[in-house]
Amino acid sequence: MNDNEKPDPKTNRARRRLVVATSAVGAAAGLGAAAPFAASMWPSDRARAAGAPVDVDISRVAPGELAVFEWRGKPVWVLKRTPEMLASLKAVEPRLSDPLSKASEQPKYAQNEYRSAKPDTLVLVGVCTHLGCSPQEKPAEARAEMGADWLGGFYCPCHGSKFDFAGRVFKGSPAPTNLVVPPYTLVSEGKVVIGEDEKTKGA
Amino acid sequence: MAAAALHRLWQWFDSRMPTVAAEWRKHASEYYAPKNFNFWYFFGSLALLVLVIQIVSGIFLTMNYKPDANLAFGSVEYIMRDVPGGWIIRYIHSTGASAFFIVVYLHMFRALLYGSHREPRELVWIFGVLIYLTLMGEAFFGYLLPWGQMSYWGAQVIVNLFGTIPFIGPDLALWIRGDYVVSDATLNRFFALHVIAFPLVLLGLVVAHLLALHDVGSNNPDGVDAKKLKTPDGHYLDAIPFHPYYTVKDLAGAVVFLMIFCFVMFFVPEMGGYFLEYNNFIPADPLKTPPHIAPVWYFTPYYSILRAVPPLFHSQFPGVLAMGVAVLVFFFLPWLDRAPVRSIRYRGTLYKAWLAAFVIVFVILGYLGTEPTTVWGQFHFDAFFLDTKDIATWVARLCTIVYFLFFFLMPWYTARDKVKPVPERVVYH
Repeated sequence: MNDNEKPDPKTNRARRRLVVATSAVGAAAGLGAAAPFAASMWPSDRARAAGAPVDVDISRVAPGELAVFEWRGKPVWVLKRTPEMLASLKAVEPRLSDPLSKASEQPKYAQNEYRSAKPDTLVLVGVCTHLGCSPQEKPAEARAEMGADWLGGFYCPCHGSKFDFAGRVFKGSPAPTNLVVPPYTLVSEGKVVIGEDEKTKGA
Repeated sequence: MAAAALHRLWQWFDSRMPTVAAEWRKHASEYYAPKNFNFWYFFGSLALLVLVIQIVSGIFLTMNYKPDANLAFGSVEYIMRDVPGGWIIRYIHSTGASAFFIVVYLHMFRALLYGSHREPRELVWIFGVLIYLTLMGEAFFGYLLPWGQMSYWGAQVIVNLFGTIPFIGPDLALWIRGDYVVSDATLNRFFALHVIAFPLVLLGLVVAHLLALHDVGSNNPDGVDAKKLKTPDGHYLDAIPFHPYYTVKDLAGAVVFLMIFCFVMFFVPEMGGYFLEYNNFIPADPLKTPPHIAPVWYFTPYYSILRAVPPLFHSQFPGVLAMGVAVLVFFFLPWLDRAPVRSIRYRGTLYKAWLAAFVIVFVILGYLGTEPTTVWGQFHFDAFFLDTKDIATWVARLCTIVYFLFFFLMPWYTARDKVKPVPERVVYH
């Protein structure tokens, strides 16, 4: 077609339609081509398989002592609570934002005043529900640092969230919910399986 | 003789690719810039210089660095101790990261002073904010690479920020990490993003920023059009060619900058824990958060805002949202500002007061973000509204409010401000 020849409007429309159709198909193909790249960023099969339950030995954890184990790459705490620690749970209740753990994540057998299957043995995922730091144990003796009304619990160094000895969050903390209790089974006096209970076994 | 041969070679080249000379004229020797540029106009070219420093030092770091969770920390120590000149390259790169943010913050502040973001330079500004965002990503990815405690827990916190987004958050965080926790997979992809993806984007945006600037011309400390008036023989009265006038001026700026840069690099590369945090000399431990964690200084104003906002409805998302808005609000600045003048020289007291308040709260928020919330002690009384007694948290809340008021009240106070008459020509001191 040379410059002084007017394009036939019919041909022109047909060509435009073809351009639109081709572009649309091309765009769809582009999206399709992006899919494997986006998919490659999901956890690999190896990473998915690494989430198996772990057996831990807690026979040597003394009362008042905190032991840390690794499960799915996260710290899991086992705390043997002393009677004083258990008594503090009742005392701090008015200052907690979710004392009954209604908005928090825990298995059924841990949704009680102690947040544990057995009152003295506390099992928690040691990861702050705020943004994933690992809080530190602050005993009642840390009063000078934590305030006069501190009865002991956990403190997150990243954003200052405070938790009691059941992992329940204090009001005024940036953490929205209590610390997570993982599924676990108390096999015997000294042995806990973390990441497995009746429910997960059934599943 | 040699000169003549060189000239012939150039002519041979120029006749085959005249674009090079044409672009040089367009962007340097015949790019006319206002003649009244002052101190604040150093930081654009300095940002470019730091970009080059980062790319060059980064290339050489990758020659010895290993993006593997088991090897990364050791490979950085290897660079520091065993690679000849390795320590200097690494300190160039770590000092360069902080220097980048210093010059970029000053460069942005210049825009706020002289209204460089106003019409017709909105696109220049938008590309600039995109550069700033990309730079934040680049810095964040790079900070994970040494695989120290701060690297690890900083990445953990920031990835979890995305996890708080309603509905898609947890999956998004998982997708970014590539694992259930920050792990080898995360390190590997952050390395890829840090050394190739984001630098490419950054370079593209820098080109767009400069092209957009050269299409509309540079602003100046008076905020008036420097190319309006011409002499009878067709020369600009108030604008001079960028080359040689400003290339030489910027070289002088670069020399002073490099002197300061080298002083920091050689004598205080850690800058008292602000440029390189002490906890990052401890290898990453996924089971133990260091007793006090804070991001590097250039993120701390936003980090303070994040900490200041209390959770709502058992969700931390409001804090994350506030932090996101605090960064993204910069995009809207050209339209929030309603003053009839550009430069602070002709603005009234309202804008000056708000800008001063903004700078003060930005610095206070930045400082508080480096410290634990207990840094200024606690209130010694009880009140129903005191959800936390940490004084610093309340100060941060106040500063956060002022930070947002600076932006959200801007249409009101800039329009209401008493401005001075703007001169016809630039004022040349």
